[in-house]
Order: sequence, then structure tokens, then C-alpha cells
Amino acid sequence: MRGMGISHKVNTMGECLMPTRQDTANDELLIQRFEAALLNLDRLAAADLLSQEIKQEPMQVVERIIVPALESIGRAWEDGRLALSQIYMGGRICEELVDSLFPAAKEAHRQQPKMALAVLDDYHLLGKRMVYATIRSGGYALDDYGRMEAAALAQRAGEAGVEVLFISALMLASALRVRQVRNELERMGCHVKIMVGGAPFRLDERLWQEVGADAMGRNASDALPQISKWIGAQP
Amino acid sequence: MNELHEQTSMQRVLQALQHREADRVPFFLLVTMHGARELGLSIQDYFSRAEHVVEGQLRMRAKYRHDCLCPFFYASIEVEAWGGEVIYVEDGPPNSGQPIISRAEEIMYLEPPDVKTTPCLKKVLSATQQLKAQVGDEVPIIGVVMSPFSLPVMQMGFERYLELMLERPELFERLMQINEEFCVAWANAQLKAGATAICYFDPVSSSTIIPREHYLRTGFEVAKRTIARINGPTATHFASGRCGPILADVGLTGTAVVGVSAEENLASRKSVCRGKVSLLGNLNGIAMRRWTPKQAEQEVKNALAQAGAGGGFILSDNHGEIPFQVPEDVLMSLSEAVHTWGRYPLHWIQNER
Repeated sequence: MRGMGISHKVNTMGECLMPTRQDTANDELLIQRFEAALLNLDRLAAADLLSQEIKQEPMQVVERIIVPALESIGRAWEDGRLALSQIYMGGRICEELVDSLFPAAKEAHRQQPKMALAVLDDYHLLGKRMVYATIRSGGYALDDYGRMEAAALAQRAGEAGVEVLFISALMLASALRVRQVRNELERMGCHVKIMVGGAPFRLDERLWQEVGADAMGRNASDALPQISKWIGAQP
Repeated sequence: MNELHEQTSMQRVLQALQHREADRVPFFLLVTMHGARELGLSIQDYFSRAEHVVEGQLRMRAKYRHDCLCPFFYASIEVEAWGGEVIYVEDGPPNSGQPIISRAEEIMYLEPPDVKTTPCLKKVLSATQQLKAQVGDEVPIIGVVMSPFSLPVMQMGFERYLELMLERPELFERLMQINEEFCVAWANAQLKAGATAICYFDPVSSSTIIPREHYLRTGFEVAKRTIARINGPTATHFASGRCGPILADVGLTGTAVVGVSAEENLASRKSVCRGKVSLLGNLNGIAMRRWTPKQAEQEVKNALAQAGAGGGFILSDNHGEIPFQVPEDVLMSLSEAVHTWGRYPLHWIQNER
């Protein structure tokens, strides 16, 4: 993987941006208000909150406000406090806002690994769409391969030089085919990090390891810290 | 209830639904695909003829001694009836293909299929009739419908449907009207063919998918209207989705039974609906695949301990369909466990506390 570490504390000029206690309190309030705007599907309020921060480095805003809000929403879904429709719409709004308010954020991770995502054997595409919106909201670029069968997915990812592959599966039979993707990639000599997600993986917490994945997301926002972790682990 | 004689499955289930203890806790093992393996057929061949499903269901019940028959083929059969594509796989339920509605505006011209003349639905009705002829009133036969509110996931895709719900209320209402007509006709045709009750599959209404306030405006109203027109008892199933925040509301839709997710605590759900609505669940069908027989027994005991006392509980999986990959020794262990530990009164629970 050719990624590089992401710093939360240094801007593009190399200046130290260590937050003060007041900054942290302000951020927490901002995150709460932003999260509330997302859950109320209030695009205008969400955009207003981000607009106030528009003079900052785009990635600072993404990482200080958008990513924590999405992670908080994801945790609330896992706990049963929020519903999937709220996460979906929140992710879509964030994706639109990042695209419109912070076009520079789209290029911010130009040192990132090459990433793609797909749904296996299935026309239930919502999970994949949510992961796509979340990752894009985090300022990363990735290719959406849509619905694919296992062998074709491995072939395409391998030939494209994908380094991180996200796979969504709704049905158990589809989830089990991740093993085929892994085997095929290995046969091609491709060392790809695979992160899986979807109901079968949540209901059987050992399944992701059984099928040869490197990580499992319990909700869409789990993708963001995992990407950071993989990028940070590179020499 | 402490009668010495063994009850029929029908008596056992009816007593449980009256929130009374029968001779033992009823057990619904929803093995929709395992009959194919039993008959040495591929899943596609198995579902090609009603006679296969009838034979498969009868053999499964003879083997595992559960308390229902389920002539349900696969969820995507409904979208197949609407002209959609069904994709078969060798190790799982057939899945729905490309959605039949590609643009929301097409809803204005959508026509429901005729349940009496559509070939795939006729197969289900035939299987139901044949099972009824075999078991009469001794065993409940469970028909299945997708709720009008959840069918659009297959009709138009989940993402487009969520956007329709949230952003196109007039077209959403139109789609509900069309789907409600179909759902009522389909449910009543199954009841007429011999089904005892209808399982109303409604995963989109679950609190995993939409918040309660959204449910009350949408899926709840749809369910109330639809269930009121179904000529028999219904069980509402959220197919692994959580029902906790809406459990009391679901009871107001007129349904008799609610399916509980494996992600929920049966005891707390039971405390909410004791004496009002019965519970069905909540063995984890996905994890079941790797259970040992011993673990399967323990899972059954856990569920019985949480929800068995006082009736109002049917032991089943959490999804309404046992995955094809679950091995027979696990299914056998589930059956043996409920026959051993599910016998009323459940005094052993006190001893283990």
C-alpha cells in the first residue's frame, strides 16, 4: 500500500494545530449540532454549520466535524438508538456537502491507497451505497464496482491494482463467497486488504475471519478508522 | 396446562397464542430449503414443482417434529409474480434481480398481478392445498406475504425506495395502495387454499431500518389497513430486524405474533407484550451454522428461559428462514432440546438460576 499517515494536528503549512480545551468543547458542540441537522434531514442547517468553518483546511473540517458525526451516528445504529434510513440519509447529505463546500477535500487524500467497493451477487445495493457515501464524506476517492460476482470482482480489483477492497453482502450465501474473492486474489499474487460488511457479518462475528477478510465493519462509518489504521500502518 | 396426553401441533400453537402453557413450547423450524437436500434436488429444481415442496415439508416435519408446515417458496417469488427476475444460487434462497421499477414515475402505471393465474403463485397455492389435504387441522400451515410496505425493496431497490418514502409522498402512497391490494388478495388466496395463518414479513418497518416516528406514519398505517382485510390470523416478522421500540405499536396493528431479532433480549420483549401479543424467535440463524449440537441445546434453553413461561411464545429462528448451510445435526439438536426442555411447566429454569 502506498498511503501515508493522516495528521489531525498539522495543517498543510506544517503548523502545529494542537487543540485547546476550548477548541475541543466547541468542536463537540458543533458535532452535536451537525449530527442533529443530519438526523433531521436538514441540509440547510448542516450546510450552514460547515460554512462557518469554510476558511479552515477542508480536511480539518472533514475530520473534526463530519467524520466524528458519522461515527457517532453509526454507533447509535449499532446500539439500536437510530435506524438505517437515518444513517443512509445522513451519509448522503455529508457526501453532497463535501462535494459542494469542500471540493478540495476530494483531492485531500491523493496519497491514499487505491480503493474500490462492490456488492457480491446481489441487487440489494443500499449497504454499498452507504459505505460509498461515508468514505467519500471522509475525503477519500474510491471506485464503485457495483454488483459483481466473486471471480469477476477479484479479476477486476487485481488488474486495477486495488489495495483496499470493501465488500458488502446481505445474504449468507453471498457473504461466504468473499472466500472465493480472497482465494482468487491470492492466486493472482495480489495483496489486497479486504473489509466486509452486511447483516451476515453482524449476526456471526466470526464469519469475516472465516472468509479471509482483514476487517469487518458493523456499520458504514467503521470504514473510516479502518482506512486510517491501514494507512498509518504503512512504512 | 398439565394434561398428560400429547397435544397436536395445532392445539399446542393455539394454546400458546392464548397466552397459556400447552404441553410444551411450540417449535417452528422454518426449513424452506433443506427439503431440496432431502430429496436430492438442486434448490432450483426443488422449487420448480409444488409436489417437491410438499414432500420436502412433510419429510422435514417427520424428521424434526416441529409444529408447523410452511409452503413458503422464497421471498422473491412475489417480485417474480410482478414480472421481475429471480436469480438462483446453489446454496441459498433465490434472490430478486434487477428491480422492476426503474423510475418512480412508473408507479403510476403499475398493475398488480392476478394471484389466481400467475404461475409462480399458483405453485404456492397448490403446495398449500396439498399440505392441507395431508394434515387437515392437526398442523398449522403458515402462508407468507411480503408486506406492502416492504415489497418495494425488491420492486425498486432499497435506496430508491427510501428516497421515495422521504421525498415523493404522493407516489409512495400510490405504491402502497397498489401493493395493499395485491398483499390482501395474496394472503386471502393462501388462506382459502388451506393456510392457517399468514406471516406478514415487514423488515422495513423494523427499528433497524426506520425510526419509530417514521414507522407510525407509514408501515404502521399500512399494516393496520392490510391486516384488517386479511381473513385470518397474522404473525408480523421483521426478518432479523429489531422490534423493541415499536413492539407495543405492532400489537395495535391487529397481529397476533411478533418475530424477535437475535439482536434483542427476549425477556425484555416478553415483559412488554405478555398477555397481549405472542413472540416468535429468536435463535440466530446465521450463527447457527457453526453451532455444535451442545451449543444448540444451550441456545434453546436460553430462549425458553427468557420467554417460555406462561405461553405466548413460539421457539423459532430470528429470520424466518433457516440458512441452507445449517447442518442437520444442529437442527436435530434444536428439536431434541425443545422436546426435552420445552415441556411445561418449565421448573428447570428455577433450578438453574
